[in-house]
Amino acid sequence: MLGVAMVPRTFATAPCRKGARHDCDNARVPARHLYVHVPFCAHRCGYCDFVTVTGHDDRHAAYVAAVLTELRLRGGALDPAPDTVYVGGGTPSLLGANLLARLLDALPPAAERTVECNPESVTAALAATLGARDIRVSLGAQTFQAPLLSVLERQATPADVTTAVDLLRAAGVRNLSLDLIHGIPGQDDAALDADLDALIALEPDHCSVYELEAKPGTRFTHHHRAALDAQAERLEGHYERVIERLEAAGYRWYEAASFERGDAWSRHNSAYWRGRDYLGVGIGAVSTLGDERRTNGPRLAAYLAALAAGSEPPGTVEGLDDATRVRERLILGLRLAEGVEHAAVADVIDDAALAALVAHGVAREDGGRILLEKRGRHLAHDIAARLLRDA
Amino acid sequence: MEQRLIRNFSIIAHIDHGKSTLADRILEVTHAVTAREMRDQLLDSMDIERERGITIKAQAVRVMWECGGVTYQLNLIDTPGHVDFTYEVSRSLAACEGALLVVDAAQGVEAQTVANAHLAIDNNLEIVPLVNKIDLPAADPDGASAEISDLLGDRPEHVLRISAKSGLGVPALLDAVVERIPPPAGDRAGPSRALVFDSVYDQYRGVIAFVRVVDGVFRTHQGVAAMATGNRFDVEEIGVMSPQRTPIDALEAGEVGYIVTGLKDVSELKVGDTLTLQAAPAAEPLPGYLDVKPMVFAGLFPSDGEEYADFRDALEKLKLNDASLQYVPETSQALGFGFRVGFLGLLHMEVIRERLEREFGLDLIATTPNVEYRVATVGGAEVEVNNPSQMPDANGIETISEPYVKSSVIVPKEFVGTVMELCQDRRGDFDHMEYLTEKRVVLIYRLPLAEIVLDFYDQLKSRTRGYASFDYEVAGYTASNLVKVDILLNGDVVDALSLIVHRDKSYASGRALVERLRTIIPRQMFDVPIQAAIGSRVIARETIKAKRKDVLSKCYGGDISRKRKLIEKQKKGKKRMKQLGIVEVPPEAFLAVLSLDETK
Repeated sequence: MLGVAMVPRTFATAPCRKGARHDCDNARVPARHLYVHVPFCAHRCGYCDFVTVTGHDDRHAAYVAAVLTELRLRGGALDPAPDTVYVGGGTPSLLGANLLARLLDALPPAAERTVECNPESVTAALAATLGARDIRVSLGAQTFQAPLLSVLERQATPADVTTAVDLLRAAGVRNLSLDLIHGIPGQDDAALDADLDALIALEPDHCSVYELEAKPGTRFTHHHRAALDAQAERLEGHYERVIERLEAAGYRWYEAASFERGDAWSRHNSAYWRGRDYLGVGIGAVSTLGDERRTNGPRLAAYLAALAAGSEPPGTVEGLDDATRVRERLILGLRLAEGVEHAAVADVIDDAALAALVAHGVAREDGGRILLEKRGRHLAHDIAARLLRDA
Repeated sequence: MEQRLIRNFSIIAHIDHGKSTLADRILEVTHAVTAREMRDQLLDSMDIERERGITIKAQAVRVMWECGGVTYQLNLIDTPGHVDFTYEVSRSLAACEGALLVVDAAQGVEAQTVANAHLAIDNNLEIVPLVNKIDLPAADPDGASAEISDLLGDRPEHVLRISAKSGLGVPALLDAVVERIPPPAGDRAGPSRALVFDSVYDQYRGVIAFVRVVDGVFRTHQGVAAMATGNRFDVEEIGVMSPQRTPIDALEAGEVGYIVTGLKDVSELKVGDTLTLQAAPAAEPLPGYLDVKPMVFAGLFPSDGEEYADFRDALEKLKLNDASLQYVPETSQALGFGFRVGFLGLLHMEVIRERLEREFGLDLIATTPNVEYRVATVGGAEVEVNNPSQMPDANGIETISEPYVKSSVIVPKEFVGTVMELCQDRRGDFDHMEYLTEKRVVLIYRLPLAEIVLDFYDQLKSRTRGYASFDYEVAGYTASNLVKVDILLNGDVVDALSLIVHRDKSYASGRALVERLRTIIPRQMFDVPIQAAIGSRVIARETIKAKRKDVLSKCYGGDISRKRKLIEKQKKGKKRMKQLGIVEVPPEAFLAVLSLDETK
């Protein structure tokens, strides 16, 4: 009943072109990473740009069924024994313990399976569901300051985060990640430090610290324009502070915004950063499979209707040629402490630019890999733009 | 045609007063073109001319007009309307017996109306004054007529009223051309002489000269000599524009037309030169030939060094058609190989640059325009310097002289204070002021040309809410207390950013330029100091703080395409930057001086 159709439908027949560098040899190798999108949220936060749906509690079950149908329809693109499964959102924890359990049990087993949770929706029952299945939990704390939580329109209180962490740990969750956001309008240096203190005190195995991205045109950006402008420069200092504090607390800064200790790095997210193929199911989910990137449509009703009728959900497809995939591999790889294999990206980089960056002390080559020095990692975009050869 | 049936005239006007529209209407009214062929402003043949609504190259068209039962030959010589091209205007006028002076009924007399009227009077032309755009809601034909008649010492009722747009009054105007403008009075039997008032380069036919035959006759296949340059050629074809090139057998005294010379370069046949026959040469050339000298200089560099050869070819091609364009190779440490190009003025510079980029697909970096200085050295030599980076060392300089202009600004009287303030600020010497009418004043100032070439005109327009009009003529060199200010980026002098300014303004200019550059040059991977210095003395300093973060935090499976596109866009942005050492400098930085006043 799992989506492990033996005859791959969509992707079987496209053989790889010569010289392809992605995960394939002559025939496409199925992806080893699965993303499942659960779009439901109790409230849509003003800054959020994920595909989310509020106020459709009655459709949760139908949605879970539809996702599983999609996985069955498109499952040929996925290895039956994937390395990682990631259930993100939205707010997957909003499904509740029972429905979430049903979903998790229907998804393929994997060495790393992650579920994103919001602190206020973590109950003892939900924690037990996750703990019993050895699920990695990514908890969206965002900030521990009540006024800043309300700026973000988050519904949790600072106490909810601690409670959720305690419940999850008590239920046996061994791998816990906390999300923190900095650059919140009104967040000063002291508030950032207080957040980092609180985060470190909870001893997560992994944490992701994002700068708030105020997208132009969103209600949030409009509302907080003045504060966002005023803090633009301060954010650079904040980023440095985050890295400094977390490294001091024993975390490894292994990706631009990600920190881990005890070998708890995210295998799933690392697959993105290493340029691997992945299958994404659910509304708005993105899949990158060989020479195409598919994005499912964002509308819930259309998605449910298509899958109820047994057809693949509506979506758009972007063609990706080999060079584009390699360019992405460079861009993504530069986010990582491990850098990127030189030979894998040699076709798309400008050697003179690389030499200049090495001379300026922001990059180095080591063991056949291109690595960024600490200051270079702060400027990974600029460096990627310099390194890429003209297309 | 008999000379008594010929009328040669130009249309002169301040910019935008409707000169080209009137020329179009005359072509239409005389059936020289059918309405279907009629393109707006037919005479302005270059794209840039049509787009900018200005006339750069003069043209001559022959039309026929019946008046009192007799058919007359009217030769209309269109003239450039901008101050940069005054010399071409004066050559066109020298080919005529009369001029239509067009004044906008809503704007009244403007600075170039006055300048052009004076030019016409100097050339002994019969002026037919007229008020255009009388159908505009804001038109004040009575006021405008009064201003013109004041200017010319004429009677207001003598001023014709037309709408070139609708054609209203145009037939009556053509009758007035016949009645008021005298016919040419050349000697048809005498030694042949023709004035070259314009020339164009045709890629198939070579140089085509537009001429006014003053005496004698010119025929196809005759051997002709240009008296100023001494160049000789055979007439390959002779004809008139009606308005397309139409070959005829001969052009006789009093007539206007074209001659296909077969010459390969317009510089071999200069505007203002006199043509005569090799077989029976005239003793004296016609008066008034002048070698036009460029007034404004700028370095132009291809932003991609590999385009240098293309750039050189493009300049050569443009030069074929524009004898006033002058250039010499220039090497800049910052910008590589390019050319120092001399222009008649700022508009000329803009037009040339735009043509280079548009017609030849070049991507150019221009340095701040400057004038040509005369430097007297301690050793007693005099050198001309049109590139700040070539200014001799301060110790070796006795004096530096700079070109001045006599400028006239016409402005409603309430703006007199504003204009005076601007002129004083630009080191102007007040000459005098006159009331043109009760409400409008003409202010005459002597100004250093260097103070005008940057943004004087823009400032004048904005400070007078567009009411001021402006014209100038060159007025010799004057010694000034000038110094060279260098700009250092990351400790190195950037030669292309050096400027020459008056010592009293050097601190303020250095400071303003450094501040401006700090805002124009994006933050880099390192701190970049920007300094202004006179010799080894630093007079201003700013630092572009290093960029400390340039990486978006979040990047998961759904973000990759967007992220890639962002970086590719960033890559594109970098491509237009000029790499100076480790500093990426956007091309607009080299024109930073032009925008200094905006930042004040």
